[in-house]
Amino acid sequence: MTATNAAHPYMANSTTAARAQMLAAVGAADTEELFEQIPADHRLRGGLDLPAGIRSEVELRRHLLELLTKNETCESNLSFLGGGCWQHHVPAVCEEIVSRTEFVTPVWGTPSSDYGRNHAWFEFASQLGELLDLDFVGLPVYSYGCASGHAIRMAARLTGRREVLVPRSLDPERLAVIRNYCEPAEMADHIAIVPLEVDWETGLIDLDDLEGKLSVAVAAVYFESPGYLGTIETEGARITALARGVGAESIVGVDPISLGVLAPPSRYGADIVVGTTQPLGVPMNCGGGVGGFIASRDEERYAREYPTLVLSACETIEPGELGFGMTLFEQSSYGSREKGKDWTGNSVYLWAVANAVYMSLLGPQGFVEIGEAILRRSRYAAQRLAGLEGVEVRLSGPFFKELVVDFGGTRRSVAAINEALREQAIFGGHDLSADFPELDHCALYCVTEVHAKEDIDRLVETLQEVIGR
Amino acid sequence: MSNGGRERRYRAPIWDEPIVMEMGAPGRRGFVPPATDPELAAATGPREDLVPAAMRRAEPPALPELTEFEVQRHYLHLAQETLGMLGVNLFGTCTMKYNPRLGEHLTARPEIAAVHPLQDEDTMQGTLAAIHGLDLILRELSGMDQFVFQAGGGADAAYTNTCVTRAYYAARGELERRDEVITTIQAHPCNAATAAAAGFKVVTLTLEEDGYPSVEQLRAAVSERTAALMVTNPDDMGIYNPHIKEWVEIVHAAGGLCFYDHANFNGVMGKLRARELGFDACMYMLHKTFGAPKGGGGPAVGAYGCAAELVPFLPRPLVRREGGRFRLERDAPQSVGKVREFWGNVPQIVKAYGWARAMGGDGIEAASDLSVLANNYMEDRLLAIRGVTKSHPQIGARRLEMTRYSLGTLTEETGVTVLDVENRMVDYGVDAPWLSHEPWIVPEPFTPEPGELWSIEDIDYWIDTLARVCEEAYADPELVKTAPHEQVIHRLDAARIDDPDYWATTWRAYLRKHGPRDRVPAGASGA
Repeated sequence: MTATNAAHPYMANSTTAARAQMLAAVGAADTEELFEQIPADHRLRGGLDLPAGIRSEVELRRHLLELLTKNETCESNLSFLGGGCWQHHVPAVCEEIVSRTEFVTPVWGTPSSDYGRNHAWFEFASQLGELLDLDFVGLPVYSYGCASGHAIRMAARLTGRREVLVPRSLDPERLAVIRNYCEPAEMADHIAIVPLEVDWETGLIDLDDLEGKLSVAVAAVYFESPGYLGTIETEGARITALARGVGAESIVGVDPISLGVLAPPSRYGADIVVGTTQPLGVPMNCGGGVGGFIASRDEERYAREYPTLVLSACETIEPGELGFGMTLFEQSSYGSREKGKDWTGNSVYLWAVANAVYMSLLGPQGFVEIGEAILRRSRYAAQRLAGLEGVEVRLSGPFFKELVVDFGGTRRSVAAINEALREQAIFGGHDLSADFPELDHCALYCVTEVHAKEDIDRLVETLQEVIGR
Repeated sequence: MSNGGRERRYRAPIWDEPIVMEMGAPGRRGFVPPATDPELAAATGPREDLVPAAMRRAEPPALPELTEFEVQRHYLHLAQETLGMLGVNLFGTCTMKYNPRLGEHLTARPEIAAVHPLQDEDTMQGTLAAIHGLDLILRELSGMDQFVFQAGGGADAAYTNTCVTRAYYAARGELERRDEVITTIQAHPCNAATAAAAGFKVVTLTLEEDGYPSVEQLRAAVSERTAALMVTNPDDMGIYNPHIKEWVEIVHAAGGLCFYDHANFNGVMGKLRARELGFDACMYMLHKTFGAPKGGGGPAVGAYGCAAELVPFLPRPLVRREGGRFRLERDAPQSVGKVREFWGNVPQIVKAYGWARAMGGDGIEAASDLSVLANNYMEDRLLAIRGVTKSHPQIGARRLEMTRYSLGTLTEETGVTVLDVENRMVDYGVDAPWLSHEPWIVPEPFTPEPGELWSIEDIDYWIDTLARVCEEAYADPELVKTAPHEQVIHRLDAARIDDPDYWATTWRAYLRKHGPRDRVPAGASGA
């Protein structure tokens, strides 16, 4: 084998000739000379103990497939897992567009040369703005929890206050993210997270407790609708009015796939709206499909607190021509380092393109219909599950997509039930027992448009067998 | 892309796409949700009972109504109107490398795409094995004891570091006292920004004659208040701080932690290990150095690695190997909890694992050799161009994988700025080079980085293009100042973009502030 044959398919200049040509041009005998800035005692001790490269795609594919096919999937199993990452249908066109190399590989061009991508991003914000009935939408952030964390910090800066009220039914995963954003108690800018009691009969926020905890120290009331446990917060308008009464901001989290049938939070008084983007055309990806957004009214007061990059329509030097550029860049961490608003960086911009395609495909009617399909399917699941001996559906309030199923009467743990279901190729709902003392023996079941009636029937029949054993 | 020194004819595709909200017609459909089974519909009652009136949406959202094909074509047009990596893209600090298509192909399979993170561990052994495999590779490259992949980008990994730092000092009862993070003006802005967002005061060291802050400046900055040092090395000018081991010793002596932002790992991978230099933690960007794609700004991964002493504080879950099986360690008493939901952008982790296996130890070493060689090859040619100088010309030593240049001379002599030049370069199919993070240390900066991907022909084409644009600047400055001329759109007139009465982040805001467009492109409804 000659040295030339050792060239690597990812590296054009890995041929002996190219290396020699460049070395000659720079006047170096070998590449080692070029590392002269690095002191000898900084250099690697010993060599790299890594296997040699697998240059053939055939071998590499074989190796990776051997690994990946050890996974079981929600396609070959019937899954009812949700809770921050949800199984929705991903339209084929979404997949095609976000697999285009033009969108997959770039980083940061000019507004003219990366025009198409900016245009798609603008359509992400514009269509999300229609769903939310809000005029100001930032480019996406890492996740729902990160959006919530940033929004709470925005509210703290806006009000100069350092307390946020959050319902006890909040997703522990999201809460763990928010905790970091609120800083530990030792820090001067710590934001205290005060839990709001929840009525465990209905799943709704306890308004008496809210009134008791609201004060002029409160920067924001944070709640979600639908919430982590699926509950539609029917007292949304009352909660935001109470918050406004003490000069606090209302931050509302929302799953945008619900917004064909549920009122957007801006209609019941939300000041800042956050949420997930994953349901809008992004696969679950083992949790790697999550993304978040921040939106508000188009008021300077809010706009000037956004930590995200913010894209604006903008004229060009050619009359009548429209392009897109960054507005409020100076307040980002790129513009102002530690003086900027929190920080920004890479986020989930490719998913924003998927979201834009998804919203264009669904259109107004699609959102209404998918919302109704999810409402009906999840309600049907609740009815059927409640009919099982020893099984109860908790939280009597209205819900969207997710429901709390209590197996307490079966005297079987959720873990045991899920293990038995898995033998029948069913992934049962996420076990809530450890996270919520009030929900011992409960599981969070997620039902979406991908679940046909026979899927729900199969779950119920299998559960009946499992419980009856 | 070079064609034996001959010019390439290039013109960006122009489709004049309307805003999607301007397109379509009432009643048209692109996606139809599944029909509801009649029995299921009957069982679940009338529509108005599904949601209480107060929480019901009054009218459907004002989204466009298009067929599936119209949506597909619209976004394919927008894809075509994105230059990105299709020409020659030497965007410095971002290490533009090949993103193997195999990774896209495999991670689109249901074994990744249709896996839920809350599945039982037994059903995710493949994913966990890939994560663990990459963890081991990164440990070998860095000398660290454990990596976590939860952070959604490099900045998020810097943030992870600030969270871990807080937890470490909180556990020692020192957090109230240790409230300062030291960084340098040449470290990526995210280091300063995440430290501030985490509640620390930021101390920024300035550059001195050698291109980095002196040991004396650092000594004057450290104290019993120092929580951490967050630093990039080499910096974005290709300058390596040779005193970095001493820096680490000074910070450690004051009781602080040291974080190595390995944003510029491409020039030193396989050449040094962060842990061997004394660092307590480091960060790699998988979407940059490890072959995962950038997605135009994510999904990305900041792989955060640390020494054993900091492992208790890392976000959870961590992937643990026990015998032949992998499990998720979901909690730990001193853990910072989470910086983002779940365990990271798994498709990107798998792509990076695939890239690292494809490259191997030999390929990774060759890549840093070739990156540094190509950068030095560029330097000789670029400095021969009239109007181009480099930062810190007094430093004779070879730069690493990138070099910071300046068009200050060109601007003085022609009035043409670096922004004009980048806007003209895109007319030749060469996407704009990276300029510099704020603040600009040299006037009119630009920072190309050739990496290991681009061929000599590509690199030559890039240099030829810059040379040609500089010639144009001297011969016909207006041509460059009004560029681009061959792109999808003309240059933005962004003079008012920060004006609240002007900005429009959504189409509805645009219509409210500016009214319907005078010139609506074909394809828009009613056009």
